[in-house]
Amino acid sequence: MSLPAEIWLLLLKDLRLEWRQRSALGSLLLYVGGTVYISYLSFSFRGGMPPAPAWNALFWVILLFAALGAAGRGLAQESAGLRLYYYTVARPEAVVLAKILYNALLLVALAIPGLLLYTVLLGNPVQDWPTYALSIALGAVSLASSLTLVAGIAARAGQGGGGTLLAVLGLPVLVPVLLLLVKVSKNALDGLPWEASQGSVITLVALNFIVGAVSYLLFPFLWRS
Amino acid sequence: MKWWKYLAIVLLLYTAVMGLLGHVPRLAILNETERNLYFHVPMWFGMTIILLASVVNSIRYLRNPSPRLDILAHESAKTGILLGVLGLMTGSLWARYTWGTWWTTDVKLNGAAVTMLIYLAYLVLRGAVQDEQQRARLSAIYNIFAFAAAIPLLFIMPRLASASLHPGMGGNPGFSKYDLDSAMRMVFYPAVIGWTLLGVWITEVACRFAFVKEKVYEKQEKQLA
Repeated sequence: MSLPAEIWLLLLKDLRLEWRQRSALGSLLLYVGGTVYISYLSFSFRGGMPPAPAWNALFWVILLFAALGAAGRGLAQESAGLRLYYYTVARPEAVVLAKILYNALLLVALAIPGLLLYTVLLGNPVQDWPTYALSIALGAVSLASSLTLVAGIAARAGQGGGGTLLAVLGLPVLVPVLLLLVKVSKNALDGLPWEASQGSVITLVALNFIVGAVSYLLFPFLWRS
Repeated sequence: MKWWKYLAIVLLLYTAVMGLLGHVPRLAILNETERNLYFHVPMWFGMTIILLASVVNSIRYLRNPSPRLDILAHESAKTGILLGVLGLMTGSLWARYTWGTWWTTDVKLNGAAVTMLIYLAYLVLRGAVQDEQQRARLSAIYNIFAFAAAIPLLFIMPRLASASLHPGMGGNPGFSKYDLDSAMRMVFYPAVIGWTLLGVWITEVACRFAFVKEKVYEKQEKQLA
């Protein structure tokens, strides 16, 4: 079987599993919704609307922690026996690429309702919608590609502290990505021309290619253990 | 004692004496603080080289696992952290007297902080895994992954950034200007070699200590068996 076909099958399998266990997806959605509501309550002391930079930064922080939660579940929930089974039927490269795609889709699925609720409760100062949507999509892919391998490492290290370990290992890796993302979305918020964000977007795409390629190369070593 | 250790001693003595007593050009604001060029900058050079050695050893470990390569990667990372902390401290001290603050949000400073976070996370990961082989493999994977993800932050983002206070950056009186002063070059280049050699020396001693510890444990295990 070719690599894209394998990735497609694994992706379908993940989507199907997610749909059968909707409680997991529901808990993530509830997490995003709950955090947005807490933010709304916290800002209500200041008259309801946070200033635009805070609006933007807060939304990315919410998405970041949603991504940490989502990635933490992905590889950890599979038992050792199941992993051995995948190992015999699929290439590890296909497994990691499918997981990255799946996590990216999951994050987009979390970001859209999250953003809607955020807009309803905290207003929406975005002036350039296409660029903002692009930054969300790029953000989902970047967070997913950076966190998938790290989540695999944290899951293997195990020892109960999996969640903390994922955050400790993942956050430093995510800082460059998040800095670029916040910059692009801030430009979209202020309605700056595309030329202002072009460089950052290209850097982000390039960074994703690097991280994706390194994950592709390293995941077989993680898988084998 | 090997010849290069004598060389390290001579070069560092030369750096300390000439760095503090030698001639430096008169410049506004910087004044005598530009002598930090002989300490702060070479420490970062040394750190980068030692951390590169750590990553190379991690790659070698994944290709051909052996406890020796794992120890080399681990001890190099620790020496890198030591040089990084020294670099942060000398830089912070310098910033206090020229910029008037210990720390600001600057691309280069962010990059330095994230590098430190990554390698501290690497040590946390090593502490979290009990099994020796598992620990070696997981930390090697993380080391390579984090290095690949951090390169943009360290080397590319500062060059993309338009505004930075750090010397050598756009519009600032950069050190590159004074490097043209050949008197400073005569101290700067030996200082780079000297600090790097000191890093290699520390790593070598730490590695030998780790090898001995490993042997002692092996013997103890045999006696218990």
